[in-house]
Amino acid sequence: MRHSTGLAALAIVFGTTFATATAFAETAPKDVAFDEYGEVAESLTGTAGDPESGAALMDRGKGNCIACHQVSDLSELPFQGDIGPSLDGAAGRWSEAQLRGIVVNAKNTFPDTMMPSFYHTGPYIRPGDGFTGKAPEGELPPILTAQAVEDVVAYLMTLTDEQN
Amino acid sequence: MTKTLRYAGLAVSVLALTAMAAGAQEVVDDQLVVNGEIPIVTEAPAPDYASALGTIRSGWTFRSEDTQMMQADDFDNPGMLGVEAARAAFNSEMGTGGESCASCHDDPESLSTVRGTYPKWDEEHGTVQTVEMQVQECQTERMGMEEPYGYNSTDMINMVALLSSVARGTPVNVAIDGPAEATWKQGEEMYYTRYGQLELSCANCHEDNYDNMIRADHLSQGQINAFPAYRLKDAALVSVQNRFRGCIRDTMGETFAVGSPEFVALELYVASRGNGLSVEGPSVRN
Repeated sequence: MRHSTGLAALAIVFGTTFATATAFAETAPKDVAFDEYGEVAESLTGTAGDPESGAALMDRGKGNCIACHQVSDLSELPFQGDIGPSLDGAAGRWSEAQLRGIVVNAKNTFPDTMMPSFYHTGPYIRPGDGFTGKAPEGELPPILTAQAVEDVVAYLMTLTDEQN
Repeated sequence: MTKTLRYAGLAVSVLALTAMAAGAQEVVDDQLVVNGEIPIVTEAPAPDYASALGTIRSGWTFRSEDTQMMQADDFDNPGMLGVEAARAAFNSEMGTGGESCASCHDDPESLSTVRGTYPKWDEEHGTVQTVEMQVQECQTERMGMEEPYGYNSTDMINMVALLSSVARGTPVNVAIDGPAEATWKQGEEMYYTRYGQLELSCANCHEDNYDNMIRADHLSQGQINAFPAYRLKDAALVSVQNRFRGCIRDTMGETFAVGSPEFVALELYVASRGNGLSVEGPSVRN
């Protein structure tokens, strides 16, 4: 952990001109440090999340958060689900570390939750190759990249009003 | 057939006009009576082992009024075209000795007790069999066919739709004890197993979240009393195990094969959760 923090700091110092260092600095799914409440205090990448990219990830495609959650701020997207709680005002109820922990692996915060773990690589029971129904070839990537998690968290941190 | 199709078209037009005249928010009649003469039990007390559901509900109760009405009249139900095709096959020579299904079974109506009691323990083979496996057994062991209907072939789905159609209104009543118990327990364990990269079990959606929306999908209890189902989005009759395959695929999981021992076990278990509902296939779903 100390090692990757050091690299993250290095990446920030050198900025995007040193792209390989940025990639190197990412915390791998199996190395994410959760506290006893399931929170993840440290950024997974050391690069601030982009709320606009995060908003795009809420839709079908990668994150598909609104399959289960309602977000009034994204009311232009139809058919928002109601399996999980509304995310309106999420930033007022949760800290960034809590939100990061929930997006990475909500099961550390809510042990029996149905919510998938978005920055996790198993072990899984009968994992598939995406939505093909077939067994994967090689190692499974997490559902979201480390930076995508940061982007989603950054977007969630903009949801400060109960009715966005 | 042409006549049937024409009537179906007419009926759909009349339905559409009626719906427009009545307005979209008309209260849904919660009673399904097929052709005005076959009452269907779409809600019933849950069996003890499915007590989490309280009341078991056919998928029909979760669908829109338009979809519900399509199933209430065989002229409107596109799945009945498959039934008609299978009725013709039922009377056609298939076997090496020139037998048809009708050689032993007279007519499909004589098999009206089959659909509701399958999957069922088969003493001769020492395994739980689905209706599809029973059809294949007849074809290979009694009729001498080298190549029986494929498990998920259109011919097979149509035949199961025929056997369901003649059983409509009879209760689902699969046995879960005795020699079937081990298979049933295997199915129960699968039902609560969180498969795939999304780590979702059948129960996550269909026991804990039925009636909720997952994006545009109104989650049902996942009852299978109404299969084969004519799915409007596929414009085809779909077998129950093909639907299982689609569900596990959607967990970002590696599916089991249609006709596999695992899916037979799951089918027995899920069927038993609907004990007390009516056989309803071929149904219409979105």
